[in-house]
Amino acid sequence: MSRLSERLKLRYESIEDLPPTPLFKAGASVLFETPWHLYGKPKVDYSKCTKCRLCWLYCPDGVIKMAEEGPKVDYAHCKGCGICAEECPVKAITMVME
Amino acid sequence: MRGMRRSMFIDGNTAAAYGVKLCKPDVICAYPITPQTPIVEHLAEFVARGELKAKYIPIEGEHSAMMATAAASATGVRVFTATSSQGLSYMQEGLFFASGYRLPIVMAVVNRSMGAPWTILAGHDDAIAQRDTGWIQVYCTRGQEILDMIIQAYRVAEDRRVMLPIMVCFEGFVVSHCYENVEVPGQEEVDDFLPPYDPPYKLDVDDPLIITTFAEADWWLGFKKLHDEAMEEAKKVIEEVDEEYAKRFGRRYGGLLGTYRCDDAKVVLITMGSLAITSRLIVDRFREQGVRLGLINLRVFRPFPRERLLKELEGVEAVCIVERNCSPGGYGGAVFNELRSTLYSSGLRPLILDYITGMGGRDVTPRELEEMVAHAVKSWREGRVEREVTWVFGRRKV
Repeated sequence: MSRLSERLKLRYESIEDLPPTPLFKAGASVLFETPWHLYGKPKVDYSKCTKCRLCWLYCPDGVIKMAEEGPKVDYAHCKGCGICAEECPVKAITMVME
Repeated sequence: MRGMRRSMFIDGNTAAAYGVKLCKPDVICAYPITPQTPIVEHLAEFVARGELKAKYIPIEGEHSAMMATAAASATGVRVFTATSSQGLSYMQEGLFFASGYRLPIVMAVVNRSMGAPWTILAGHDDAIAQRDTGWIQVYCTRGQEILDMIIQAYRVAEDRRVMLPIMVCFEGFVVSHCYENVEVPGQEEVDDFLPPYDPPYKLDVDDPLIITTFAEADWWLGFKKLHDEAMEEAKKVIEEVDEEYAKRFGRRYGGLLGTYRCDDAKVVLITMGSLAITSRLIVDRFREQGVRLGLINLRVFRPFPRERLLKELEGVEAVCIVERNCSPGGYGGAVFNELRSTLYSSGLRPLILDYITGMGGRDVTPRELEEMVAHAVKSWREGRVEREVTWVFGRRKV
């Protein structure tokens, strides 16, 4: 039998689609893009970055991943709160409005 | 084969505890409050003695009790909790979650009036105040019915057509502490009637789910519509379960309504809970005097049994409601208002008289019930109602 989490719909079109209570497979948020960018997008200046990981630690949405050259932001899920820019001790991150 | 049935001389709370024990819940989580305390004491004892293989969680308050019970239920196990009055209202936020999660929780509510003024005694106002929380509400008249309804409640709540939590309500002290002979069914026959809970979904590390995350604005009301439809289904399921229970255990309660001498009645008395027992006596007395009086015991308040009530009230010319709840400024009690609302589009136009009494533990004596019915019968004979809502309180005349 297939797992219930795999059989659940990710989007509802009509009341017939609805389970009795909202049910989703765990981790379903990665399947949706939720870019709000309220205070702009965080842009990283890798020449200033010391790879201290404070941005990675402070990001409330967990959208920062550490790569070889420094933090990479998943803009499809970043809410643009600006906490990473605020916390960066060397001001390597700036919020850019588009 | 059916297991040993036992006759025990016990009070309502103990009957509830034995009912729960027979249903073999996996998790029991409750906070003690008068007059519900003996239920959780008995259950804690069953667990301590190893007679009931359940996880018993003594918890710091009713809000946590409801949340922990709901969380346990979401993992796909059978659960039980119990409360009264202030504890029930302290749970209220959790009550909406439990029903919105569509969890088949069974909770005993030992009805006690809400403070202030402070009291620890009977009244239905605590549960009636929670009528919009989306729980099924059943009101019991006595210990045997409590035990039977706890067992039936799991069948109703866990039915895939329903999947809703249920309150098994009974009045504090007058029912909870009143001793009577109760037939306790055998474990095997209860096991046959109530198979282990098979959840349609659950929190499971091997098949991880998010249960009841944020609902989009487009669909929030859609989920509530499904909730409402499940309540309508519950009406059918409650009656089916009552029927099957009667076949197996020999006790029938009438499902949504219990009726007594209603067939040719012109005047009908409607009560909830233990008042129905005293009321039968009153019906007989009036019948002896030639008044065609009948009794409807409103067993289930949510879902409100509109269809059954309309059927029973066909040809009835006056209705006398005696209820243990009030809504200051609401003109009459909950039953009075819901019944009048039910009748509006039906064409039935009986005179309706509402008597608010029995709250804060005030006894409702046979003589007083007789006076209320006599007042209603007088209005029926005169064909007009002078006063629709009457509050019956104060000291009894000796």
